[in-house]
Amino acid sequence: MANMSDNNIILRCQGLSKSFGALKAVNNVDLDFESGVVHAIIGPNGAGKTTFINLLSGELQPTQGQIYFKDHDLTKAPPNKISQLGIGRSYQKTNIFPKFTCLQNCWIASQSRLKTSMKFFKSAHRDREVMERAQRALELTHLAMKPEILAANMSYGEQRQLEIAMMLATDPELMLLDEPLAGMGSEEGAEIIELMRDLAKTHTLILIEHDMDAVFAIADQLSVMENGILLETGTVQQIRNSKAVQEAYLGEEETA
Amino acid sequence: MQKISKPVQLFLLIALGFALWFPSVGDEFYVELLTNIMIIAIFAMSLDLLVGYTGLVSLGHAAFFGIGAYGLAIFFGEMNQFSIWVALPVSMILAALAAVVVGWISIRTSGIYFIMLTLALAQMFYYYFFESKRFNGDDGMFMNAKPDVNFGSIQLMDLSNEHTFYYFTLGILVAVFLFLVMILRAPFGQVITGICANEQRVRSLGYATQRYKHVSFVIAGTLAGLAGFLEAAHTGFITPSYLGWHESGNILVVVILGGLGTIYGPIIGAVALVLLEDFLPDITEHWKIVLGMIIVCVVLFLPNGISSLSGKIFRIPSRIMKTIFRTFRG
Amino acid sequence: MEFSFYLIQLLNGIQYGFLLFLVASGLTLVFGIMDVINLAHGSFYMIGAYLTFWLTGIFGSLFLGVVFAVPLAVALGFVVEKLAIAYLYKKGHLHQVLLTYALILIFDEAQRFLWGNDSHGIDIPAVLSGSIPLTDVQVYPVYRLFVSFVCIVIGLGMFYVIQKTKLGMTIRAGASNREMTQALGINIEWLFTIVFSLGVGLAAFAGMIAAPIDSLYPGMGDNILIISLVVVVIGGIGSIKGAFVGAMIIGISSIFGKTLFPDMASIVVYAMMAAILIWKPQGLFKSA
Repeated sequence: MANMSDNNIILRCQGLSKSFGALKAVNNVDLDFESGVVHAIIGPNGAGKTTFINLLSGELQPTQGQIYFKDHDLTKAPPNKISQLGIGRSYQKTNIFPKFTCLQNCWIASQSRLKTSMKFFKSAHRDREVMERAQRALELTHLAMKPEILAANMSYGEQRQLEIAMMLATDPELMLLDEPLAGMGSEEGAEIIELMRDLAKTHTLILIEHDMDAVFAIADQLSVMENGILLETGTVQQIRNSKAVQEAYLGEEETA
Repeated sequence: MQKISKPVQLFLLIALGFALWFPSVGDEFYVELLTNIMIIAIFAMSLDLLVGYTGLVSLGHAAFFGIGAYGLAIFFGEMNQFSIWVALPVSMILAALAAVVVGWISIRTSGIYFIMLTLALAQMFYYYFFESKRFNGDDGMFMNAKPDVNFGSIQLMDLSNEHTFYYFTLGILVAVFLFLVMILRAPFGQVITGICANEQRVRSLGYATQRYKHVSFVIAGTLAGLAGFLEAAHTGFITPSYLGWHESGNILVVVILGGLGTIYGPIIGAVALVLLEDFLPDITEHWKIVLGMIIVCVVLFLPNGISSLSGKIFRIPSRIMKTIFRTFRG
Repeated sequence: MEFSFYLIQLLNGIQYGFLLFLVASGLTLVFGIMDVINLAHGSFYMIGAYLTFWLTGIFGSLFLGVVFAVPLAVALGFVVEKLAIAYLYKKGHLHQVLLTYALILIFDEAQRFLWGNDSHGIDIPAVLSGSIPLTDVQVYPVYRLFVSFVCIVIGLGMFYVIQKTKLGMTIRAGASNREMTQALGINIEWLFTIVFSLGVGLAAFAGMIAAPIDSLYPGMGDNILIISLVVVVIGGIGSIKGAFVGAMIIGISSIFGKTLFPDMASIVVYAMMAAILIWKPQGLFKSA
């Protein structure tokens, strides 16, 4: 069992693989994530990044390998258990509740932190703690002005913000962010980048992003994936200078 | 989760008032009919919790209705006196136990599998009562007496009086209604509605969704058992058809007729269907074809049931007002 | 109980299994490819039987009756698909359940309207009405063997179409991944119409050839529907192989159940289904 309390490693993947039939979407990835660090995962489309995050958040079970989070073996854990342990997730494809209001979306996320929701008698909205956590999440994402608006009626950018707010409302220690800036304009994107910078002071962030400016602005560590394989991990400087990475990925970016 | 709008609240209060007043003027036949409607309404509300709020389409809900009924018949059918304080819990507990087992087997699946599993498991119960000689098979069982509602040696209600039974049922209907409103407003209800909307997301937010679905299933089954108890106590005659899949199909029709995902919709649906089933046969022997076509029309044109009409009806006067104001201001 | 008794039960069970296979394969394809729950599938079994009854009466020959009844049944399936089922693709399972349940009510009542509440029968055609000796004392009806034979031929035909033709490949693709099949530019609407019409056509055909063996009675569609649902669930939605295996399991155990445990026959079937599903919640075979 991984003993991670000596180092600063909060999440460790050992020999992690995921196959779909003959396709190895994630191929033997060994990766440690340090606590309190913003660790970005980059790579071309189809590199296996989202599959990798799905393995971390429990939506997929690995075919091989182990995942450890602070001494817990998460390899076979279901998504709800992983969330309860303190790992939060936001999705690339907006995954909110369109028929609920903005506040309701954060509410149900926040309520998950109660010891149990098998409560039948008192009205849910009487719980102050849940309400405060939900509202705080809305404030952080600048959505506090619109609690009663239906999520379906929000703009795409606002929905992306709500996506992150829902994750924040579960008070996670480790945040998995799958392309948080996807489809956002530069102004809204800048707000999210600021938010992530703030969160990075007190949380650990694992980030998949294609927006290289954002990545270079906030990431401490970078990992590059291609075809399911982890090519290299290092600081932003190291990755930028790495020949192997340039050929595989960034080179394509510069000529594009 | 949905707040009940003021117009609907008003409508429900008026309906309650009507229900309270009716027996004093109504014909005995109609009082009995209304009692039947209320029992069906309780049965339908229990299914709405499952289908409308949790999003689990069950085609076997009648099994729990029938188990509640048979629970009464088997243990108390031959007695001349028995207490409701014993009989009702027995029925409900039996239905609850069945729901725990059926739920455990079914909820591991979803989609078409779930629908078919609930149907097939209900059929199992149906055939058990149909083929067993012990419970008279298709001939059915009879109740010798109505349950006693006593407090010590004082009789609180005489359920053999049709009017008393009516009010007793009305009381239970209101209680079940309020119970459902309460649990749906509680944290449990929030999770359930979330599961209906996007189960995967609810799970990733940290909820053990299988457990919540299972609990919802058991609550729904127990309330169906309560309805079955009432039906058995009311008519005094219990047959395996209580558990038949036509019964399950019928109650699903009631829910969609009235309006899915509203607590009061099933009550409207119960009124509509029982009245249809009672009066259509007078028009034609082959009334089931008419009923079938009505259901087809509801599914195609009014998928949110009769209760969705209320929104449309109230919008008309407000639209008229708005046009009037605009012409005057313009 | 002698050996020949068991042999007869086994042959009956196999023959029943074959019929169930015809009905269930159409059902499993509709579920698997179209993700539509069609409760009226059993009604087509009944419709096939009654169409044959009517046409055999007109032509005086079961053979001619079936020959004309099959296209009629398929055409009816086509109409039902275009008018009602096509609308249900985008709707959820609840609406599918309700609409097809309404269709059952309509079909069942229409049958009562046209042919009343009594049972009816069709005579086995003379050429097939003999019996073949099995052992020194037992004989077995030729017609039942004929039914099994026909089902085998159809089963092989289906296997050929599904495994070896382009249509079959499209069907398999659709059963395995509907969205991708659509994305590949295949006209999914026509595929659905074909699958549905053929599926209910198969069910109707099963009803037609079974008619001389079982009688025709009101509500006969409901019984076969539920049993076929059990078969499909056991076999795995979308899997023809599963439908075959499931049909055989249910067919044989049903017949044996009726003779060995007459009081509990049906429960045996459902208990077995529950056991299989606890072991494999998605049925024995995933979609072919």
